[in-house]
Amino acid sequence: MSNRPYVRPMGTTWWVSKAHYIRYMIRELTCLFVGLQALVLLIGLYRLSQGREAFDEFLATLWGPAGQMMSALILLMLVIHSASWFNLTPKAMPLWIGDKKVPGWMITGAHYGGWAVVSAVIVCLVGGRW
Amino acid sequence: MSERNITLDVLRYRPEIDDQPVWQTYSVPCQEDWVVLDALNYVKDNLDRTLSYRWSCHMAVCGSCAMVINDNPILSCKAFLRDLPDHIRVEPLENFPIERDLVVVLDDFMDKLKSVKPFLVPKEPLTQGTYDQSSTQLKKYKPFSMCINCLACYSVCPQCGLNDDFAGPAALALAHRYNADSRDQGRSVREDVVASNTGIWECTFVGACSEVCPKNVDPAAAIQQMKIASTMDYFKDLVIFKSRAKPTQGEDS
Repeated sequence: MSNRPYVRPMGTTWWVSKAHYIRYMIRELTCLFVGLQALVLLIGLYRLSQGREAFDEFLATLWGPAGQMMSALILLMLVIHSASWFNLTPKAMPLWIGDKKVPGWMITGAHYGGWAVVSAVIVCLVGGRW
Repeated sequence: MSERNITLDVLRYRPEIDDQPVWQTYSVPCQEDWVVLDALNYVKDNLDRTLSYRWSCHMAVCGSCAMVINDNPILSCKAFLRDLPDHIRVEPLENFPIERDLVVVLDDFMDKLKSVKPFLVPKEPLTQGTYDQSSTQLKKYKPFSMCINCLACYSVCPQCGLNDDFAGPAALALAHRYNADSRDQGRSVREDVVASNTGIWECTFVGACSEVCPKNVDPAAAIQQMKIASTMDYFKDLVIFKSRAKPTQGEDS
C-alpha cells in the first residue's frame, strides 16, 4: 500500500446521484406515511374514547377537503411502499419445490393476491356501514 | 475494420505529485470490437506508460479490472466500446482508498473476506471418500459461488461508503454461499461477523449490488436470506431458553 492512499469523500447528496438510490430513498421515505396513517388511527381511537360527539368531529375532519387530500396522499404512498416491498420478496424468501425454484413472479403475485383478498374482505366488512 | 476515435477521461492519482485525483484526457483510435480495457492498454503502450490499472484475464473471469465507467462500476474487459459513447469517463472503484490511478487499496476487503471464513467448515473432517451432494443441494448455493471478487458491488453500495466497518456485499454473499452448502457446518462460527452490526444488519437493502454484479450473484438476496435465518435463530434461542428456564422457575415456586 502506498504511503498516501487517497480517500474520496462521500457527498451528502449521494442519494440523488443514481436512479437506483432515488428509488431506494422513495421506498424508505414512504414509510413515514405508514407512520402518519398509524397516527391518524391512534387519534381516531383517542377521539372515540372521548365520546360519540368527539368521534363524529374526527370523522367530519377526515371527510373534509384537507382530510380527503391527506387520505389520498397516504393511500398513494402506502401503495408505493407495499408494492416496492412485495417486488423484493422473491430475493428474501426464495421457495423451492423439489429441485425447482419457484419463479419470483409467483411469489410476488401471491403477495399481491393476498393483499387484494384482505382488502376485499375489509371493504365487505366495513363498506356497508358507511 | 473501421477505426473510431474516442476521448478517454481517466481519473488519475499519483501520490508523489498529486494532492487529489485529477482528470487526464487521452484520444484513442479504437477498433469496433475493443473493450475499455483495450483502450487503456493502448494508452499504456502508446501514449502514457505511467498509467496504472489492474487487469489479468481479459475474459471476465479474474475480476481484476473492475472500474467505474461512465458512472457505472463494471469489468473494463466486458465494457464494449460499441455500447459506449465517444466520450468515456474512467474512474477507480468508489468506496475504496485510491492507491494509484485506477488501482484501489484492497487490504481492508481482504480482511473482511477472511473474517467470514469463506471455506468449508465440516462438522467432522472426512477420513476417506468424498461428500455426497445432490444436484438440488448444489443448486441452492451455486449462484452465490460465482463471485469473482471484482468488488463492483462495494463501489455501488452506499453503506460501504458510509460505514468502513461494514463487511459488504461480496464477503456476506460468500458467507451465505458456504452456509447454504450441505457439506458445511460452519454457520455458527460465521455468525459472530455475519449477524453483527457490521454484518447483515448494516445492509438496508438498497439492492444496487445485485444490479451491477457481472456474474449475477445477487448479494442483496444472500444478505436478506441470512437476515431471515438469523432472526429465526434468535427466536429459536428465545424458545429454547424459555423452555429451559421453565423447570427452574417451577422448582423455585
